[in-house]
Amino acid sequence: MNEENLNNLICPIPKSDYDRVLLAHGGGGTLSHQLITKIFFSQFQNEFLNEQHDSAVLNIGKSRIAFTTDSYVVSPIFFPGGNIGGLSVNGTINDLAMAGAKPLFISSSFIIEEGLEIDDLWQIVLSMKQCAEASGVKIVTGDTKVVDKGKGDKLFINTSGIGIIPDGVNIAPKNCKEGDKIILSGKIAEHGIAIMSAREGLTFETTLKSDTAPLHTLVEKMLEASKEIHALRDPTRGGIASTLNEIASTANVGILFEEESIPIAEEVRGACEILGLDPLYIANEGKLIAFVDPLAAKTILEAMHSCELGKEALIIGEVTSENKGSVVMKTSIGSKRIVQMISGEQLPRIC
Amino acid sequence: MKYLDEFRDSTFVKNLHLKINELDAHPWTIMEICGGQTHTILKYNIEDLLPEKISLIHGPGCPVCVTPLEMIDKAIAIASREDVIFTSFGDMMRVPGSKLDLLSVKAEGGNVKMVYSPLDALKLAERYPDKKIVFFAVGFETTAPANAFSVIEAKRRELKNYSLLCSHVLVPPAVEALLNSKENRIQALLAAGHVCTVMGFDEYIPLSKKYKIPIIVTGFEPVDILQGIYMAVKQLKEGRHKVENSYSRVVTKEGNFLAKKLLNEVFDVTDRKWRGIGLIPKSGFKLKEIFSDYDAEKIFDLEKIVTEESELCIAGKVLQGQKKPFECSAFGSLCTPEHPIGAPMVSTEGACSAYFNYRKSRQM
Repeated sequence: MNEENLNNLICPIPKSDYDRVLLAHGGGGTLSHQLITKIFFSQFQNEFLNEQHDSAVLNIGKSRIAFTTDSYVVSPIFFPGGNIGGLSVNGTINDLAMAGAKPLFISSSFIIEEGLEIDDLWQIVLSMKQCAEASGVKIVTGDTKVVDKGKGDKLFINTSGIGIIPDGVNIAPKNCKEGDKIILSGKIAEHGIAIMSAREGLTFETTLKSDTAPLHTLVEKMLEASKEIHALRDPTRGGIASTLNEIASTANVGILFEEESIPIAEEVRGACEILGLDPLYIANEGKLIAFVDPLAAKTILEAMHSCELGKEALIIGEVTSENKGSVVMKTSIGSKRIVQMISGEQLPRIC
Repeated sequence: MKYLDEFRDSTFVKNLHLKINELDAHPWTIMEICGGQTHTILKYNIEDLLPEKISLIHGPGCPVCVTPLEMIDKAIAIASREDVIFTSFGDMMRVPGSKLDLLSVKAEGGNVKMVYSPLDALKLAERYPDKKIVFFAVGFETTAPANAFSVIEAKRRELKNYSLLCSHVLVPPAVEALLNSKENRIQALLAAGHVCTVMGFDEYIPLSKKYKIPIIVTGFEPVDILQGIYMAVKQLKEGRHKVENSYSRVVTKEGNFLAKKLLNEVFDVTDRKWRGIGLIPKSGFKLKEIFSDYDAEKIFDLEKIVTEESELCIAGKVLQGQKKPFECSAFGSLCTPEHPIGAPMVSTEGACSAYFNYRKSRQM
């Protein structure tokens, strides 16, 4: 590429938009998607990336491999129910599981701010070890960088992972079909609220814990029950509202769900009411949403109910031919309204 | 959850829906004053449950929306200073000033912090004695008492580095300005329940008499809103015009005595500019002279900041209930929650944002 061509590579985000990255660009909502689509997708695009899956699905030899990466910048690094270490292992396991893969190997990179207490790092690494062992994955490579005090926030962790996809499994957002039943694995918004309760400057007490957990065993049980699982997502940043919108837009289908069917713990509801937050937009770290063939829904639900992480699973709605690309909710009083993707962020740095 | 689930109960909603329909409405126009009520109306699509003849218009009761552009520019000027930690409720961070918003100031290195209470800003003042801590005191009679208390506390704790950028506004003068307007088409009002929790509803009685208009003190849940609408329509049907309280689980006639005492102690009533509406006499609070050491407008040199508003944005007409958000040429295209031109697109309580988030188009 010559210099003239390089000069022609203008930033496709119009000048009227933000000319600097805001925290909200990382919030998992519309601004994040704008950044990803206009900057990253537009330049990196290829058949694997274009699937917009939690993991890339790669054919290597006769195997189908899922490959994913995620960075963890949660603040505070210790929170009720876990810490950044366990979260970084479980999160990457879950991204692999959402492609139906059996997670095998994980990498871990640490960006450490000068001054982090060694004991804190030790606790975090122990938590990573426990999570990896419990899930049968191995941490096989890594990297460590230390940055000046003030140039990071205690600790950032990046993990990548690979897993193998069993034969006959074909899970991708684009596979959602009209009539599919939508299953949610349990109560929402617990991770985001737990993080918030531990955050400096916010003083409310709760016994609530982050729901951080590895979901691959649950997915394995679901796939044993039926291969008719069309799409899977773990509704992390941006909550179930953003996840449902992503699927509606990627698969170009309508989604209808019922407000009353969404399970929310009383403590989470209370915190959301006080703080003016909508639990539909709050992060989860141990829940999944499945889009399944309506005829297989009952069998898959029964399989989920036999697992600890899926015992509260239930059908929350279905894929429709109306309102393509949009998510519509039947409210608790019987009316219907649109559920949009979050625009900026409700909470900064929750994962 | 007690006191919430009952007021979101679909059986109660259905009963009120039936009762309103039985009243056989005429083409009546009802304004809900508060942005919190607008939010509920759109979030639960309550207009879907009303007879077509009844139209709801959305009033000026979103504190973020009515804070004048000039005040945002002043906030941005203060927040850009190196010796300042500027604190604000989250919603105000994305309100566009004439060039920037507070989030952009933060992205450029300004020390801007979101807080949940002015008392959190006081804690910052104690922790950072070398910095000037400024709290952006916006909102109606509801947020004013806590902000007044923070000034009293700052004085008691002898904190010299804490101040308020004060842009408080008052509901009754704005209501009177709307009712006085030539374009007024409001036939009944749902008064803002939480403003009345603080102030009581005495001050609405003369307004109801003078303009011969039913005013119903109304809460914020779907059942509250429908109950308020039912009582308003019933008065209209019977040709009455009185102040009635449908939010008696929270609101009394006299209001919160302690909060009102605090307001009197700290604030004087002043003329105030409203974004999109203009100057309304005696419609705001300013800090009393004896608290001028805590008044950011006096501490920082802000007099040169004078700002005019964009002509493209019809926020003023939306805030006065003369236009619906989707009647704006910029709605949903040039003006979105990511890139708001007008303040009603910023706060979740803003009418434009509520329409954008819950309706997307006029068909839904």
